[in-house]
Amino acid sequence: MSLVEAKHLSVSLAGAEVLHGVDLTLTAGEIVTVVGPNGSGKSTLLRSIIGAVPLSHGTISTKPGLRIGYVPQKLHIDPTLPITVTRFLGLPKPSAPSDIEAALDRAGVPDLKERQMARLSGGQFQRVLLARALLSNPELLILDEATQGLDQTGSAAFYAQIEAIRTELGCAILMVSHELHVVMAASDRVICLNGHVCCEGAPEQVASAPEYRALFGSGTQGALALYRHEHNHSHDHGENRDHGAPK
Amino acid sequence: MTIFDSFLIRAALAGLGVAIAAAPLGCFVVWRRMAYFGDATAHAAILGVALALALNISVMLGVLTVVLLAATLVSTLSNQGFAMDTLLGVMAHSALAIGLVAVSFLSGVRVDLMAYLFGDILAVGKIDLAVIWVGAIFVLALVGWRWSALLTATLNTDLAHASGIDPKREQLILTIALAIVIAVAIKVVGVLLIASLLVIPAAAARPFSTTPERMAVLAMAVGAFSALGGLYLAFQFDTPTGPTIVCVAAACFALASLFGSIYSKTR
Repeated sequence: MSLVEAKHLSVSLAGAEVLHGVDLTLTAGEIVTVVGPNGSGKSTLLRSIIGAVPLSHGTISTKPGLRIGYVPQKLHIDPTLPITVTRFLGLPKPSAPSDIEAALDRAGVPDLKERQMARLSGGQFQRVLLARALLSNPELLILDEATQGLDQTGSAAFYAQIEAIRTELGCAILMVSHELHVVMAASDRVICLNGHVCCEGAPEQVASAPEYRALFGSGTQGALALYRHEHNHSHDHGENRDHGAPK
Repeated sequence: MTIFDSFLIRAALAGLGVAIAAAPLGCFVVWRRMAYFGDATAHAAILGVALALALNISVMLGVLTVVLLAATLVSTLSNQGFAMDTLLGVMAHSALAIGLVAVSFLSGVRVDLMAYLFGDILAVGKIDLAVIWVGAIFVLALVGWRWSALLTATLNTDLAHASGIDPKREQLILTIALAIVIAVAIKVVGVLLIASLLVIPAAAARPFSTTPERMAVLAMAVGAFSALGGLYLAFQFDTPTGPTIVCVAAACFALASLFGSIYSKTR
């Protein structure tokens, strides 16, 4: 049974069409990664699923009562707003102290309970956001470039945690990432997005698809080398956004 | 004879009512960086006074309507790509100017403008007092009821959406609460000083707060202290009451910033 089913999704922001005719189905327990260049609508796709942006066309149907845990791309807490980690985790619904402890444990930051949110490091902050998303006991965890600002070791550890959480909770995971090599290794399915879905499938399939290589071919040779070792053509990065787009 | 017959008691209760309703709202104003939003909408209140007098309706109703309209106008325009601070700058001063010009057209009616600009807490009557407290309790109940949702929407709109909270609705609730506080406070501190009663107690409470709730409660204490202390000092030294209340609040802020840095270093 699918958790989320998006059909012919189109979204316009400030008059510009960001997403065009996107179809997406998420089933229970799978890890799906969305990749794509800057401005390709990755974040918008995630935000439309949580209902934060209005659709101009298409529909999104979710399983009734679907519990979503959402980790935003970045969250700035104004320094004038005093808030401890525990209080932050109790928003909007208060949680039992034991649940808060368990969520922080699972996110790998058990000792931060009384710390001020504004004084956390980037890595701690992201893990607290992850703990908050886990508190709702999600069936679907949505992560929007959750490792932005973390170094390579930090983000590798973060993704290892995500996989462990999936194994433990059995929740589906939908994430956006720029770190192709890490992400593709951890994903069941990859969606290559550039305003529309260029291609999708198992990581190996997508990595060898011409559409994917058209978008990432010249810029990510190191990452691609994990899957493909011959690079016999190249494209100007970002110059061919509309390739194959249904007009 | 009841205690409400004493103008000083009435003034004290009026100041208390406004201070404790303004304080938690002021926290949101500070957290959302909308200090000038309070300013701009409060200045629009003068236009509300003028219209109410011209149309012969209650001043309270006129102020409420104009303040809500002004707030909606600012929100709508800011969604169309104007920078918020520019908009508020335009709005705050033009609303005040239009209001003052509009008042001057009201021949026949003698309007004590000073009373609306700076407030006259000593002239608060029993009905005013009732209006202030009904407004204050309504605002406190509204903010208390929506507290978690307002807080979540203030932290991040996407987090709010993901939790099933509509940030636009919470923004509207905040705007309505703000409009009510401005409408009831206009008599006490006046248009020019309302924003200070919102912002200063919240700012003074910040250094000693670890949670949002604590900041709101401390801000209420600072506001209440400022209202009563200001009233006392104004009576002692025969100074204008509204400005004296704001001066006491400002002194609290100065002390709080001084001791706040020491306080946070010892923790």
